[in-house]
Amino acid sequence: MGRKRMVAMLLAGGEGKRLGVLTKDLAKPAVHFGGKYRIIDFTLSNCAHSGIDTIGVLTQYQPLVLNTYLGIGSPWGLDRRDGGMAILPPYVKQKGGMWYKGTANAIYQNMGFIDRYDPDYVLVISGDHIYKMDYELMLQEHEERGADVTIACIEVGWKEASRFGIMHVDDDGAITSFEEKPKVPTSNLASMGIYIFSWPVLQQYLVRDEANRLSGNDFGKDVIPAMLQDGVKLQSYTFNGYWKDVGTLESLWEANMDLLSENPALDLNDRDWRIYSVNPNRPAHYSAATADIADSLITEGCIVEGLVHRSVLFYGVQSGIDSQVRESIIMPNVKIGKGARIYRAIIGEGAIIGDGVVVGSPDNSSVTVIGSDELVTSNHSLQGVEQP
Amino acid sequence: MNSNILGVINLIHESDELESLTASRCLATVPFGARFRLIDFTLSSMVNSGITKVGVFAQTKYRSLIDHLGSGKHWDLQHRQSGLFIMPPVTDDVNEVRRGDLYHFYQHRDYFTRSTQEYVLIARSHMICNIDFDAMLSSHKASGADITVVTKEQPELFGGKARKLQIDERGRVTAMQDHYGRLESDLISMEMYLMRKELLLELVDTSLAQGQDHLVRHAIMSRVNQLHIQSYAYEGYLGVINTLNSYYKNSMQLLRPEVWKSLFFEPGPIYTKVKDEPPARYAEGAKTSNSLVANGCIIEGTVINSILFRGVHVHKGAVVRNSIIMQNGIIGEHSFVDHVILDKDVTVERGRELRGAEVSPFLAVKRKVI
Repeated sequence: MGRKRMVAMLLAGGEGKRLGVLTKDLAKPAVHFGGKYRIIDFTLSNCAHSGIDTIGVLTQYQPLVLNTYLGIGSPWGLDRRDGGMAILPPYVKQKGGMWYKGTANAIYQNMGFIDRYDPDYVLVISGDHIYKMDYELMLQEHEERGADVTIACIEVGWKEASRFGIMHVDDDGAITSFEEKPKVPTSNLASMGIYIFSWPVLQQYLVRDEANRLSGNDFGKDVIPAMLQDGVKLQSYTFNGYWKDVGTLESLWEANMDLLSENPALDLNDRDWRIYSVNPNRPAHYSAATADIADSLITEGCIVEGLVHRSVLFYGVQSGIDSQVRESIIMPNVKIGKGARIYRAIIGEGAIIGDGVVVGSPDNSSVTVIGSDELVTSNHSLQGVEQP
Repeated sequence: MNSNILGVINLIHESDELESLTASRCLATVPFGARFRLIDFTLSSMVNSGITKVGVFAQTKYRSLIDHLGSGKHWDLQHRQSGLFIMPPVTDDVNEVRRGDLYHFYQHRDYFTRSTQEYVLIARSHMICNIDFDAMLSSHKASGADITVVTKEQPELFGGKARKLQIDERGRVTAMQDHYGRLESDLISMEMYLMRKELLLELVDTSLAQGQDHLVRHAIMSRVNQLHIQSYAYEGYLGVINTLNSYYKNSMQLLRPEVWKSLFFEPGPIYTKVKDEPPARYAEGAKTSNSLVANGCIIEGTVINSILFRGVHVHKGAVVRNSIIMQNGIIGEHSFVDHVILDKDVTVERGRELRGAEVSPFLAVKRKVI
């Protein structure tokens, strides 16, 4: 087994409770995004473009779809003889086993995997963010600064700040304070949940954290604050591109809508940074003489006979004559009946919207969600989807 | 499913009449239907019929063939013991490259003798269809025929060329003629022949011994009375694509939703080499009507009755009508194209106007800037 400079550990076990019916049978990273992708494609493609060829994918909740999707990693060029992708679920040892208690514990339980490659660095990332980032540049900065830990950060809106790990940094970018999901944030500089650790330092802290019975075994809540307290050299790495945590229905909807502007902040057409995914084999989409498509993404395999404005259609969607889809996300293989109206909605994979059915309403600002494989035969407007 | 059929896609002496579309590629890899190549249809039909070993007999201009097929994994033909085999000509003398298919089968006879399959299916790449060969094998066994040939009653070939057949009331082939023959018949051969492997090897040996090296013309047609050749009727959509005219007209047939639905999905899906293109993006003010649009396209203008391959960009104010725009084509602002076929990577600059006619569409070569 060859030695590796950096091994990536991708946390993909998220239960994704806040995505409601969309994650009923699905881990959050496997949720569909952007017309043909799943959320996890973005981090995996980042790894591929950053030259990382060894990735442990830590799975936990509802892993079937995710594991099937990941396979042996070929779509992301991760089917390697040496390294490549390994799926790492919780497992039982001689002395018993346990679920991953927290993000740090998940890595702790897989120290054996990392040790096989004897790396200098470990990159910890999660599979539920939409962004394009070259981790190699972050690693270069980590090395130049002689940091023990580098945390990628981004400025977020003040309203959202309490959803993230919030930090303060000094003029040199060294992290001076870190607070996980503070009720009253004192900064809007948020952790992107992307960490580069020098492996010996991380190893030491993981062992210590595991021995601490009071710890929640979480990077943001426990390990990073402990390191900060001990004076470990923590460095921030500022990211200026597009980044979105798609953990809520609102943010998932928004992130899809963000792809539709004339010059989207996250360009899917960038030939130098392709987002790789398992490509479904479908013919080119057919737009009928009655179709009216604008400001939208339409994927192969669709048949569009109706109006589609400011919407994202995944593969295999059929929209009937006189139907209207506005500001909506239509997951794979959904059938939309004749004359149906869909406003500001997320329609789950395989759902069938009957003829003339209205989903959502043009004057409602909240997002209506229909679960996978649902058959909707009467009007459906969910007022105020459950939000955290 | 493990079929008892060995697949052969025979590209020896393929037609070369697609003008610049076949200038630097073989007919099998001519792009078709917004994201496919001609060979994808035969290959996918074989795979969907459970055939796990396919040999592609290449003859000339096969760089694009090797590039497209690769290891065969896109068709799920990357197996330990079987899978996809590409067989270029094996000859000591360049003149022998031009010899007939039986000669090349003979040169690659190890491929046949080493295969465990009892039957062999020899097909070509220019008959665009979606067919179940497993059902064909059942019919072949039931009829007790020596050779079964796929046929289709097709009076309109849109300028394509095909061999004509005559059958008796029990479906046995009684006459077989080249496309220029005088036979009055709308029944054509889809150039798919199923027989026992032993019979093929026998035909190879006896024909070559007589100085004959063409499978159909020499080995089969001359034995119509000696061998029991049975027809097997194909009911789905068929496009015979071996001239530029037939290429254009069959492409336009794909814009009929019933053709789109049957050819691409029934009985199985058509596979091709996948590309990581994003979904097609329609801008504000985009207009499309009766068109096929592949992933990776950006549409800011108007597209009517047209086929756009992956990564085509139609800029603002541009109009594309009755046209086929291949991969990465760029249609500049306020330009107008009607009845054109643009090969890969063609750029139509801002404000240009290109018009072909239905009977002779304007054809632009790869990478041209107009």
